[in-house]
Amino acid sequence: MRTSSSRRGRGRRTVLSVVAVVSTGTALLTGCGGDSDNGKGDGAAGGEQITLRIGTFGSFGYDDATGAKLYAEYMKTHPNIKIEESNVADGQKYWDTLKLRLSRDSGLADIQALEVGYIAEATGPAMADKWVDLGKTGGADLGAFLDWKVKQATTADGKVIGLGTDIGPMAICYNKDLFAQAKLPTDRAEVSALWAGDWAKFIAAGETYRKNAPAGTAFHDSAGGLFNAVISSEAVQYANAKGELDYENSTGVKKAWDTAVTAAKGELTAKLRQFDEKGTWNAAFKNSKFATVACPSWMTGIIKDQAGPENQGKWDIAAPPVAGNWGGSFLAVPKSGKHAKEAAELAAWLTAPAQHAKVFGVNGNIPSSKDTLASPAVQGATMPYFGDTPIGKIYSQAAAGITPAPISRWDGQVKTFLTDNGILDIEQRGTDPAKAWENVKKLVDDKIDQ
Amino acid sequence: MATSVRAAGDGSAPPAAQAPGAGAGPGSHRQRPSGRSAWRSTLYRLDLKAVPYVFIAPFFLTFAAFGLFPLIYTGWLSLHRVELGGSAQWRGMGNYSALATSEFFWNALANTFTIGVISTVPQLLMALCLAHLLNYKLRGRGFFRVAVLAPYATSIAAATLVFAQLFNTDYGLINTVLGWLGFDPVSWESSKWPAQIAISVIVTWRWTGYNALIYLAAMQAVPRDLYEAAALDGASRLRQFLSVTIPSIRPTILFTVVVSTIGATQLFGEPMLFGGSVGISGGSGNQFQTLSLLMYEKGWVTGALGQASAIAWVMLLLLLIIGGIQALISRSNRNRNRNRNRNRNQRTKAGS
Repeated sequence: MRTSSSRRGRGRRTVLSVVAVVSTGTALLTGCGGDSDNGKGDGAAGGEQITLRIGTFGSFGYDDATGAKLYAEYMKTHPNIKIEESNVADGQKYWDTLKLRLSRDSGLADIQALEVGYIAEATGPAMADKWVDLGKTGGADLGAFLDWKVKQATTADGKVIGLGTDIGPMAICYNKDLFAQAKLPTDRAEVSALWAGDWAKFIAAGETYRKNAPAGTAFHDSAGGLFNAVISSEAVQYANAKGELDYENSTGVKKAWDTAVTAAKGELTAKLRQFDEKGTWNAAFKNSKFATVACPSWMTGIIKDQAGPENQGKWDIAAPPVAGNWGGSFLAVPKSGKHAKEAAELAAWLTAPAQHAKVFGVNGNIPSSKDTLASPAVQGATMPYFGDTPIGKIYSQAAAGITPAPISRWDGQVKTFLTDNGILDIEQRGTDPAKAWENVKKLVDDKIDQ
Repeated sequence: MATSVRAAGDGSAPPAAQAPGAGAGPGSHRQRPSGRSAWRSTLYRLDLKAVPYVFIAPFFLTFAAFGLFPLIYTGWLSLHRVELGGSAQWRGMGNYSALATSEFFWNALANTFTIGVISTVPQLLMALCLAHLLNYKLRGRGFFRVAVLAPYATSIAAATLVFAQLFNTDYGLINTVLGWLGFDPVSWESSKWPAQIAISVIVTWRWTGYNALIYLAAMQAVPRDLYEAAALDGASRLRQFLSVTIPSIRPTILFTVVVSTIGATQLFGEPMLFGGSVGISGGSGNQFQTLSLLMYEKGWVTGALGQASAIAWVMLLLLLIIGGIQALISRSNRNRNRNRNRNRNQRTKAGS
């Protein structure tokens, strides 16, 4: 009985079910549609109260809780503006979300921070038009920034889409205890002289270290870290002068690869991966498993945290063989924001030299403005954990020697393949370097969908 | 017809059928319905016919939005070159043919298969033994039954992080113990087979209890008298297990095999977390990269969404094939059972 009736009614039921589905669907859609233009309900016209949202990752040192209290300061002088920061710890996740939001033109903050690894993608053809030209809007003094920092954030047609926050000049941090045990000099000037001018000298110092090394320690933390350090000091990196990916013919990549491979093959490294999530690399700081680590300014904080108070005074900072830049960020303003003009003004203020100095004082970020780098506040800065090392002097000198390289939008990805797949494979699994290089090429060909 | 009867019986309003044109039979009511009654019967019909669909609509809408649409959209994406934020360009079957010649795809497929085998087989065997033990009357049975399920209740992330620490090459407990026993430390992450075995251990640890409980439920449905008869015939417990339990729960075993195979095909969380920072690429030399990891890497790390979608569809295809094989096996199983029952019945009849 049941089957027969259901057979008879099938045609009509189908119609009804379609109607039901469609009507419920429409109700849902309209329900969602009502949400879309919620905004913040604050018109910008005529000094009205507005909220500016700023999206950041990691630590920019602006906030009122642990940073330089810049938001509170700005809100005091601009009573109609309220600033809200949303922070994401993981820079890669931040960028992935930001890309998605840019593509949909929704959910964007009024100001978005950009890491240098992604700046080429942000200035590239797919995204260049999504940003406000901060060279024209907001009144930023572009001349105050390091020239190459401005150039990195400039699009092909001359728009400046991001204002520099900090840079990552690099030094070499070394463990004085281990150096002494391995009969190497411990004084920072002597150590700097040991390898000044050439990464080959750095490798040579590593050989000396290995001959007298305390058991269970290595000269350098990781071949991948050494690769990053060497390539950061090269004028040609992953891209050619036109900003196209050309890592295979790059002299910089070749030099960094060869240096890292020599170190890995010569047992100069502790075979670790930097920032590995299992904390093996972190633990090695505490247990003094390696004597040197390439040390962009932001790395000093990591050493201090990971080596811990029991190792205070053991570490020091020497000049790098060749000056380089590893890291640094920008502030950009998406065009689709409701208060793009006010946001541009805030971005310009946050990245002005005076604010750079305040952030450096609290957070240690090396400023990207020329005057601040030269100012006594930076030049005279010391770090007690490293035995009162004049970090300001060391890092501003390193910053002065930086040769900016052209960057392509695939730099970050190719770097990951080179270090995490190529070099780590040689270092940990003993893969033949020629084979590892072939593997990297295959990975790039297979996975980068150019 | 039924509607008008029901409407008349409803006491809340004057039955329309008995209004003015009284005397006429129900047939005339049908020809000349008053406006109100027509509305009511329409409403009633709607209530009967449409409302069930409205009630089940949420599921189907959710399914359409989160199941069907992604499936179709992924299929569409897999035929294009897509990047997050950009527009799609037609590529036809290019993504699929690229997979066919990509050694990373075949490597991931092989890894998925090997990790699947070395985790599923021991896992199901151990689950069977566990269930068999739990099926006996033993002290604290309830406790043990809960205990075997505890790993399943643990989150993948928590379990994997603990195991990743145990298997840590430099500081892990396992290598420390191996060192005490005089063995060299095993590089659990960077060598291929140790890494795959370590991942299989995590999977096995987590799912054995779950499968054991499924087996236990099936075993409890096996009639006791079968065991009694077997015991009277002098069958040992092992014999009973092999000749009574296993044949009786064969459909359940098939079910767990299929579910575990599907799980193994989609293996993602364990290798990703076990590998730590190089988890997504399955270790520095892709030595434990599974299909899901490759898909994730393509889609979200390098931004090749079209190729990632192609992998997703290939995985779907694989699972459909597995499902098809399962259907074939269970059908042949059913047929065999039917034949056996028929034979038995005939035998009984012949005997009577």
